[in-house]
Amino acid sequence: MRNIHALIAAALALLLAPSAQAQTQPDPAGTPAGQPGEAEDPDNLVVDVTGGRQAALPIAVPYMPTPAAAATPAGNTEALGRQVAEIVAADLRNSGLFAPIGPGGLRPTAFAQVAAPDYPYFSASGAQNLVQGFVQANPDGRLTVGCYLYDVAAQSQLTREGFVVSPRDWRRAAHRCADTIFARLTGEGAYFDTRIVYVSETGPARRRIKRLAIMDYDGANHRFLTNGQWTVLTPRFAPNQQTITYMTYQDERPRVMVYEIDSGQSRPLVSSPHMTFAPRYSPDSRHIIFSMAVNGNTDVYRVPVSGGTPQRLTNAPGIDTGGSYSPDGSRIVFESDRGGSQQLYVMNADSSDQRRISFGGGGYATPVWSPRGDLIAFTRTGGFRIGVMRPDGGGERILTGGGYAEGPSWAPNGRAVMFTRGASAGQLWYVDVASGATRQVPTPLGGSDPAWSPLRD
Amino acid sequence: MKRLTSLVTIAVALSLTAGCANRRTPDQLPPEPGTGDAVDTTGDQDGTVSGTPLPGSRGDFLQAVGQYGDRILFGFDSYEIDAEDRATLDAQASWLARNPSVRVTIEGHADERGTREYNLALGDRRANAARAYLESRGVASGRMQVISWGKERPAVPESNESAWAQNRRAVTVVPE
Repeated sequence: MRNIHALIAAALALLLAPSAQAQTQPDPAGTPAGQPGEAEDPDNLVVDVTGGRQAALPIAVPYMPTPAAAATPAGNTEALGRQVAEIVAADLRNSGLFAPIGPGGLRPTAFAQVAAPDYPYFSASGAQNLVQGFVQANPDGRLTVGCYLYDVAAQSQLTREGFVVSPRDWRRAAHRCADTIFARLTGEGAYFDTRIVYVSETGPARRRIKRLAIMDYDGANHRFLTNGQWTVLTPRFAPNQQTITYMTYQDERPRVMVYEIDSGQSRPLVSSPHMTFAPRYSPDSRHIIFSMAVNGNTDVYRVPVSGGTPQRLTNAPGIDTGGSYSPDGSRIVFESDRGGSQQLYVMNADSSDQRRISFGGGGYATPVWSPRGDLIAFTRTGGFRIGVMRPDGGGERILTGGGYAEGPSWAPNGRAVMFTRGASAGQLWYVDVASGATRQVPTPLGGSDPAWSPLRD
Repeated sequence: MKRLTSLVTIAVALSLTAGCANRRTPDQLPPEPGTGDAVDTTGDQDGTVSGTPLPGSRGDFLQAVGQYGDRILFGFDSYEIDAEDRATLDAQASWLARNPSVRVTIEGHADERGTREYNLALGDRRANAARAYLESRGVASGRMQVISWGKERPAVPESNESAWAQNRRAVTVVPE
C-alpha cells in the first residue's frame, strides 16, 4: 500500500510544484506572514521549520461523507466520516501550526464534491487549505478513508491518499490523513499515527500504584499492560516496535525487563543480583543500554535485547546513568556526577572519547538524543525544566516554564518533546520545540515517564 | 502474607495515632491526613506491636533501637554518614550481633528533588553506605540486602524542607 501511495505522491508532485509557492505568499486575509507584531498571542503563533514566526495556517476540515451509509464494527460510516474529520482537525490543531476551521459550522461535503471542492465557499471561510475525504465500507469488511488536500487560493489539489484499514483501526486512518497533510504543508516528518507508553499513577505518594499503560498519542485506545502489583518505571519503545523495555520492582528485585508487545510476556533483560535501570534501545533495536548499581557505584552498560553478558561502557567512580544513543548509533549521551554535579557527557558508542558537553549550574539529567540528531533534550535539575542543546553543548534553550518537569521523550519527527509535569501527581505534557507551545495529553489517571513511539508501520 | 502485614500495620498505625502521636517531635513523620501509614508497602516501620515482641522480630528490633532508630537521614544529594548516623547504626549493629540469624534489607531513599533515575542510583549509594558501616561493625555482608526506591516511596509525602529531610534516608528493615 505504501508503494501505491508513493506512486500517487510522485504523480502528484508535478502538479504540486506551483502551489507550493503559493504557500509562502501572503494570506488572502491581508496580513503578510511573518511580519512582526502580527499577533502576540502564543496560541496564534507558530514557528516554521526555519525558526521564523508565522500565523497558524487556517485550514478547513469539513465533515467527510460516505458513498453509502453502512454499519461496521466501528459504527456507521456516516458517523465515522464525522469523527474522522474531527480527529484530523484535532491533530492539526495539536501541532500548533494550524488553525482548523470546522468541522462543526462548515457545510458537510457531499460525496460528489470530495474531488471537486466548492472553492469559493471555503475561500469565504478564510481557509488557505482544505481537507476533504470520505469513509467507505468495503465488501471485505475493511474501511477505506480517502484524504484529499487542496490549496484554496490556487484552486488545486496538493495531495491525496487512501487508507485501507480494519474497522478497529479507523482512528489510525484519521491520524495518517492528518500526518499526510502535516508533512505536505510543513515539510516535516509525520507524528500523529504514534503511541505513547507511560506509567499510569494513582493513590497516595507513600504507596503509589504505578502501572505500565499504552495509548495513542492523543490519549485514545488506552490500555494497561501491567496490573499495578509492582511499581514500574521508565518504559521505552523499541524502534522496531516489537518490544518495550521498562523497570519493575517485581518480587522486590528492581530490574530492567523486556516486554514483547505481541505476546504480552515480560522477561528480565539480564540476570544480575544488582539493580538495573534506565534502559534505552539502540537505533537498530538490537541492543539496550542501561544502568547497573553495584555497591553504590552506577555505570552504563550495553547488552543485546535478547540478553547475555553486559558490556560496561563507563567506569568513572560515581553515578553514570541515563544513556541515550544518537540516531545513527555512533554516539551515546549520558549523565554523570564525576565532575561533582550531574552533567551531560557524550561518548562514542564503543565508550571511547568521553566528553562533557554541559556546564551550567544546578545540573542536567535524562538526556535524550533527537531522532533528527540535531538536538539533545534534557531535564535541567535546578528548577526542573525541560531544555534542549546541540550535541556539542551549544545553543542551550529552556522549553518549559514554571512547574516541575522531568524526563523528556522525542516525537519521531523531532519536533516535539513529551515529558512528566508535577513532582507527585504527574501529568503528561508535550512541548513544540520550535514554538515552546505546550499541551497536556489526557490520561485516565495520573501519568509519568512517557515514551513516544516511532511512526507506526 | 502481604495482606496480613497490611492489617498488622493498620493496627499499629491506629494505636500510634491514639497513644503516641504527641511524643513525636514536630520534625518527625507527620502522617498524611486520610492516607498515612496503613498500607505502606515499603519497610518503614512505624512502631511496635503491643505486648512483648518475639526476640529477633521487627518489633524486638524497633524496641531496641527506638522508634526511628531503624533509619539514618542524609543531607541533600549526599550519602555521607555522620556521627549521629553512626550512633544509630551502632545500636542496630548491637541488636544484629545479638540476633545473628536475622537477615535485613536496607532500603535507600531520596527526596523528590532529583530526577527519577539519578535518585535510584542515589538511593543505592545511601543503602550501601549504611551497609558498609554495619559491615565495619561486624555485621556479615551476606546478612544484608540493599534495595533502592529512589523517590518512589517518600516517608513524608510533602514538598518542604522537613519532608525532604526525612525522605533522604536509609532504613534497616527486619522481617516481621
